[in-house]
Amino acid sequence: MTTRLDERVVGTRVRSVVCVKRVPDTEARIRIAGDGNSVDPSGVKFVLNPYDEFAVEAALKHREGANEGSVAVLSVGPAESAEALRTALAMGADQAILLRCAGGPEGLSVARAIASELKEREFDLALFGMKAIDDDLQAVGAMVAELLELPSATVVTEFEIEGGKVTAHREIEGGVEIVELDLPCVLTITKGAYEPRYASLKGIMAAKKKPLEEKEAQLGGPSHPELGLAYPPEREAGRIVGEGPEAVPELVRLLREEAKAI
Amino acid sequence: MSGIFAFAEARDGAVRRVSYEVVTAARSVANELGEEVHAVVLGGSGVRSGAAKLAKYGADRIFVGESDALSRYSPEGYATLATDFIRQHGCRAAIFPASAMGKDLAPRVAARLGVAYAAECTALTIEAGALVATRPKFAGKLFAKVGFEQEPAIVSIRSNVFTPEERSAAGEVEALEVSLNAADFGAVVREIRAAAGEKLDVAEAPIVVSGGRGLRDPENFKLIEELAEALGGAVGASRAVVDAGWRPHAEQVGQTGKTVAPQLYFAIGISGAIQHLAGMRTSRYIVAINKDPDAPIFKVADYGIVGDLFEVVPRLTEEIRKLRG
Ligand SMILES: Cc1cc2nc3c(=O)[nH]c(=O)nc-3n(C[C@H](O)[C@H](O)[C@H](O)COP(=O)(O)OP(=O)(O)OC[C@H]3O[C@@H](n4cnc5c(N)ncnc54)[C@H](O)[C@@H]3O)c2cc1C
Ligand SMILES: Nc1ncnc2c1ncn2[C@@H]1O[C@H](COP(=O)(O)O)[C@@H](O)[C@H]1O
Repeated sequence: MTTRLDERVVGTRVRSVVCVKRVPDTEARIRIAGDGNSVDPSGVKFVLNPYDEFAVEAALKHREGANEGSVAVLSVGPAESAEALRTALAMGADQAILLRCAGGPEGLSVARAIASELKEREFDLALFGMKAIDDDLQAVGAMVAELLELPSATVVTEFEIEGGKVTAHREIEGGVEIVELDLPCVLTITKGAYEPRYASLKGIMAAKKKPLEEKEAQLGGPSHPELGLAYPPEREAGRIVGEGPEAVPELVRLLREEAKAI
Repeated sequence: MSGIFAFAEARDGAVRRVSYEVVTAARSVANELGEEVHAVVLGGSGVRSGAAKLAKYGADRIFVGESDALSRYSPEGYATLATDFIRQHGCRAAIFPASAMGKDLAPRVAARLGVAYAAECTALTIEAGALVATRPKFAGKLFAKVGFEQEPAIVSIRSNVFTPEERSAAGEVEALEVSLNAADFGAVVREIRAAAGEKLDVAEAPIVVSGGRGLRDPENFKLIEELAEALGGAVGASRAVVDAGWRPHAEQVGQTGKTVAPQLYFAIGISGAIQHLAGMRTSRYIVAINKDPDAPIFKVADYGIVGDLFEVVPRLTEEIRKLRG
């Protein structure tokens, strides 16, 4: 009985690090910059990556549920990335780390920067968003797990921590995998059980006083030679087949004969 | 030492359809580079039986790793086998499906090999003797062409883009030695809970029928389900109805849901917000049914019907059923 209790205490005093990225808002019209290889940031509003909000919320929920533990947030990027960290602090994270670098590194080089920082820290859970909605890579979490040789589960909708183990629900095609992981581990979070809270005014004020540590990012290669960005092919203006149910036979004919899609 | 590695995904002992797409993509890369396609299938006992079929899509050699330790997916176990194989054979590129498994595995493999990874590629070409990948960013608002500094190039390919092509080839099935013990894995799948019925996943289905707030009530999604069933497609949803709790997030299409590229996409009672369009605009054909002639969805639809979905959709389902007899 006592051992079980002890295990549970150990299992719930969780120290989480949540990796977060500053990304263009989903509403943003994304334009290619003059160099043909980067995005023109002018007029673009930036936000905390929506999937990272789920991850921050998950960490906060678990800290609140256990009534102990800590939540640190970490971002790799230019000085402006501090905005995403402040948002996470305003939601309730305890402290923030900004690993500064120029430009917007992606993939393995970001993973290397994160892994080298995490190696210096003690933590139980490293949480990530399922993907960053700018580069759409869906990779950094699994890469960090690999670099740190930690177990991982990606695309997690909810998880529990008990007795030094994590049980995570992972979304797969047509179902859910129930994965059991040893701590410490890496999870990447998607929409599910964690509806992100809004930062309260009090939270925003408090965030200003919370510690935000800055250091140089230890980026490593490799980078992709970027060979150019392009807009998706414009879709030809379609046609209105007709109005109401009377138009259905004509639609079906077009789908069969013209599109050959059914 | 060479070859193009094709990861053929199996689940419950059966090779999945996405694997034929992966082998097809690998075949065309291999042809241009003058390489062989090495397909690798991992799974529990029985997985060998479906593996031979990969030859039809262009695998020169098919390696089957059959072991109880592999009967369920393990990031650590699968990454070890894939990475060891790629190293031993000196593969120049490794192609994975952009499936739940592929997108978990490929980044681990890239990290272990210390090379770059391109996700959800929609085209793979050869320029100056090296692989170049085209991949969407910003949920398809832009497409990037990327090269690879070093080999092997690691990529995952988007579902439904590389249509499986059958050829008259006869690749050989060989056994891959597996010396792994599931007890060493730090993450283990305890259970798989299938969604009710063997449902097609929205990201993999060739036809997707999506419904939005215009449905007015979760009960009314029956109309969407019936049409999807008549067409042999999957059900998708806008975020509005997912947020309302009418549909699971697994069905959400858009920038914070799945990005889909089916042959045929139906947007029914969906206005066409920028975040929704981002997730479906590269579909081959788009059909919109909406009562508002000014709905932005009509700007991207190939075919539109302006009208009340409650009248149009049942009629459409009926016509499709007639057609399919
Ligand atoms: C950060 C963020 C991320 C987002 N990510 C996504 C995402 O991934 N996917 C997504 O879909 N959205 C996303 N959204 C939400 C998006 O902005 C829209 O709010 C959402 O797509 C609207 O859903 P809808 O088209 O179903 O509803 P509405 O916009 O309300 O449209 C309903 C449509 O139904 C039509 N209609 C009504 N009744 C009928 C009838 N009887 N017959 C025919 N037509 C009818 C109406 O004319 C209208 O066009 C995101 C938003 C944000 C802020
Ligand atoms: N620059 C970054 N700084 C901190 N975390 C990041 C960064 N880029 C990606 N991540 C994390 O990795 C997740 C997946 O990103 P990606 O692989 O780029 O799609 C994100 O949701 C973040 O949690």
